[in-house]
Amino acid sequence: MAILTLTIDDQPVSGTETETLLEVARQHGIEIPTLCHLDGLTDVGACRLCLVEIEGASRLQPACTTRLQEGMVVRTNTERLQRYRRTIVEMLASEGNHHCAVCVSNNHCELQDLAYTVGLQYVRVPYLYPAKTLDATHKDFVIDRDRCILCSRCVRVCHEVEGAHTWDIAGRGIGCEIISDLKQPWGQSTTCTSCGKCVLVCPTGALFEKGATVAEMEKRTEFLRYIVNARQRREWNPDLLHEE
Amino acid sequence: MSRTVTIDPVTRIEGHAKITIELDEQGTVRDARFHVNEFRGFEKFCEGRLMWEMPGITSRICGICPASHLVASAKAGDDILAIGIPETAEKLRRLMTLAQWIQSHALSFFHLSSPDLLLGFDGDPSTRNVFGLIAEHGDLARRGIRLRKFGQEVIELLGGRKIHTPWAVAGGVREPFDAARRDRLLAWIPEVKETAAIALRTLKDALDRHRHEIPSFGNFRSLHVGLVSRDGALEYYGGALRVRDGDGNTVADRIDPRHYAEIFGEVSEPWSYLKFPYYKPLGYPQGIYRVGPLSRLNVCDYIDTPLAEAERQAFKALGGDAEVVNNSFYYHYARLIEVVFAIEKTEQLLADPALLGTHVRAKAMINRTEGVGACEAPRGTLFHHYTVDENGVLKAVNMLIATSQNNLAMNRTVRQLAMRHLDGAEITEGLLNRIEAGIRCFDPCLSCSTHALGRMALHVQVVGATGDVLSEQWR
Repeated sequence: MAILTLTIDDQPVSGTETETLLEVARQHGIEIPTLCHLDGLTDVGACRLCLVEIEGASRLQPACTTRLQEGMVVRTNTERLQRYRRTIVEMLASEGNHHCAVCVSNNHCELQDLAYTVGLQYVRVPYLYPAKTLDATHKDFVIDRDRCILCSRCVRVCHEVEGAHTWDIAGRGIGCEIISDLKQPWGQSTTCTSCGKCVLVCPTGALFEKGATVAEMEKRTEFLRYIVNARQRREWNPDLLHEE
Repeated sequence: MSRTVTIDPVTRIEGHAKITIELDEQGTVRDARFHVNEFRGFEKFCEGRLMWEMPGITSRICGICPASHLVASAKAGDDILAIGIPETAEKLRRLMTLAQWIQSHALSFFHLSSPDLLLGFDGDPSTRNVFGLIAEHGDLARRGIRLRKFGQEVIELLGGRKIHTPWAVAGGVREPFDAARRDRLLAWIPEVKETAAIALRTLKDALDRHRHEIPSFGNFRSLHVGLVSRDGALEYYGGALRVRDGDGNTVADRIDPRHYAEIFGEVSEPWSYLKFPYYKPLGYPQGIYRVGPLSRLNVCDYIDTPLAEAERQAFKALGGDAEVVNNSFYYHYARLIEVVFAIEKTEQLLADPALLGTHVRAKAMINRTEGVGACEAPRGTLFHHYTVDENGVLKAVNMLIATSQNNLAMNRTVRQLAMRHLDGAEITEGLLNRIEAGIRCFDPCLSCSTHALGRMALHVQVVGATGDVLSEQWR
C-alpha cells in the first residue's frame, strides 16, 4: 500500500490511504478532541468536534472520517476551530439536561472534560431544558436521556461488537432519541444480552449502573480495543486454540 | 389610620424573608407576620429521578446543613431497600450528624446571634455583626470559627469534602473510615470542649444581662416535638418521635417516624412560601409545635453524656413550674448544651473500634415503594418521604423541614415582640433588631424549607388600616 505524505500543523507526517486524519494525527502525537469517536468502533462523524481545516477545501472536514491524500496541508487547532469546538460543546450543554454536580458521572465524564479542554466558561445560547425520559426498567442498568448527546457509541458497540443491535436512534433533528428495540422499555427488550458494553462506552452519565450515586460511575473503554483486535486476529477460533 | 411596618430583608438568618406588622387606627399592633419569599422546589423537580441519586441531590438543598439532608435521604433509601445497614455505617452516619450539629450550632451562636447577645440589641447595626464581634471579643470569635471548622473537618474527613458530600447512600456510606483520620479528629477534642464551656459561660452572662428582655422573646406554651431513644434519651439519628405539650405532658410517644404524616399536617398561606405544619389532633393553628434544640431538650428524659446532662438540669430549672421550657430565647442555651453533647458523643464514637469496620454498604433491590427517613437536623426533626415505582424512579417527594415546623411559632414570636416593642408608627433600630433577634432564636434556614414554591434578607413595613404602607425599611 502506497505511503502518503502530508502536513498536519506544519509537521510532516505519513500514513496509508486507508487511514484517517485522526488516526495519523494521534500516531504523531497531535491531539484532536473527539466525542463520538472510540477506538474499535466505526466512525460516523456525528459530533463534529474533530473538524479540521484542509488547505484548498472550502469546508471544514471531520478528521475521524477523512482519509489521507497525498500532499494534504491540515490544521487542527486554529482560532476558528477552537471557536467552533467551544460552540459545539455549548450547544450540547444547552440542548440536554446536564447537571454535573449531581450526576453519576461527575468527574468521570468526557463531555465535562471537553468543556474544560475547549475553555467553556459559560453558555451563550438559552438552555432548552427539554423534557427527556429516564428508563430504569432494566434490572442492572439505567438510561437517562437527559444526559444523552446522541454520539451513538452505544448503538455502534451493540451492533458491531456485541452483535445484538438493541439500541437505535429514533426521530429527527433535535427530537432524536436513543431507543431500545422498537421503543420498548429496556427491561422488556428481547435482544439485549445485558452485556453492559453500551454502559461502558457511553461518554456521559446517560447510561449507568443501577444503584450508582453521584460521581460513582466510572466508565472504561479499553476492553473494546482488545475484543476487536482478538476478533480480527481470530484469536478466539477454537481450532487455533487447539493448534497452540 | 392603620398602617403596616415591613422589615425586609431579615438579616443574619439563612435565607430570605421579610416581616410585616399591621397597626390599627390607634397605632397598636393588630397582626405581625414572618413571610418567606424564596422558593426552591426540590419536591417537584426530583420527581422522575432515581431514589439512589437523592442523597446527592438533596444535600444540595443547603450549604449549611447538607449532611442532615444527606442522612435523612439515605435513611429514606434504606427504608425503600428494606434493609438494615452495617453497624459501622450507622456509627459513621451518626458521627456526621453530630458534626453537622456542631458546625451549624457554632454558626448560629457565634456568627449570627452572639452579636445581639454580646454587643446589645440597640448596638450600632454597622458593627453588630461577626466583624464587630471579632473587634470586641476577638478570642471568642476565633474560637467560634474554629469550633465550626471542627464540625466541618469531621464532615470532610468522613465524606471527602465539607459541603455537599454525596457520601451517605441508600444502604450505608460509600467509604469506610480509618485510624489516621480518627486520630486527627481526636486531637481536636480538648480545644472544642473548652470552647463549648466558654460559650456556655458567655451565654449565661448574657442571659443575666438581658433578663428583662427575655420574657417577651417568643414565650408561649406550645407542643414540642423531637426524636428520643428507646429509653428516652436525647436522640439525633434514630429513635422515635415524642410529642410533649407546653406543661410537659407527653401526648404522643414512640411514634415511628414512618407515620409522621398521620400526626402532622401542613397548611399553605398565600403570603409565604414556607408551609405551616401543625399537630393534627389539635388542628390548625391550635396544633402549633416547636422543634429544634429547645424542643429536643424538652422531650427527652435525660442526656447520656455527663457534661451535657448536668447542663440540662440547669436548663430544666428555667421552666419554673412547667416541666418544659417554653421561652424561645432559651433556644440559644439549648443549642449550646447540644454542642457540649455533640462533642462528648463524638469523642465516645471516635473511641469505638466498630467505627473502623470496613463493611459499610449493603446493597439490595427496590423492596418497598415508599420510604421515610428522619433524623434530627440542627434546627429540628427532618423528614424525607419518597414514593417510588418498582424500578426506584421517584413518583412523589415530601420533605418536612425543621424550619417550616417552627413557622407558626416564629410568627407568634414576631407578633409577641411587635406588641411589646412597637409603640406608634416610628420604627426604631431597636424594634427592628429585637424582632429579627426573635426570629434568630429559631435559627431558621429558609433555603432548606421552601419546596412547595426564592428571596429573603430584613424588610419591616408599617401598613395602615386602609392597607397603605406608612413606613418601611430595608436592610
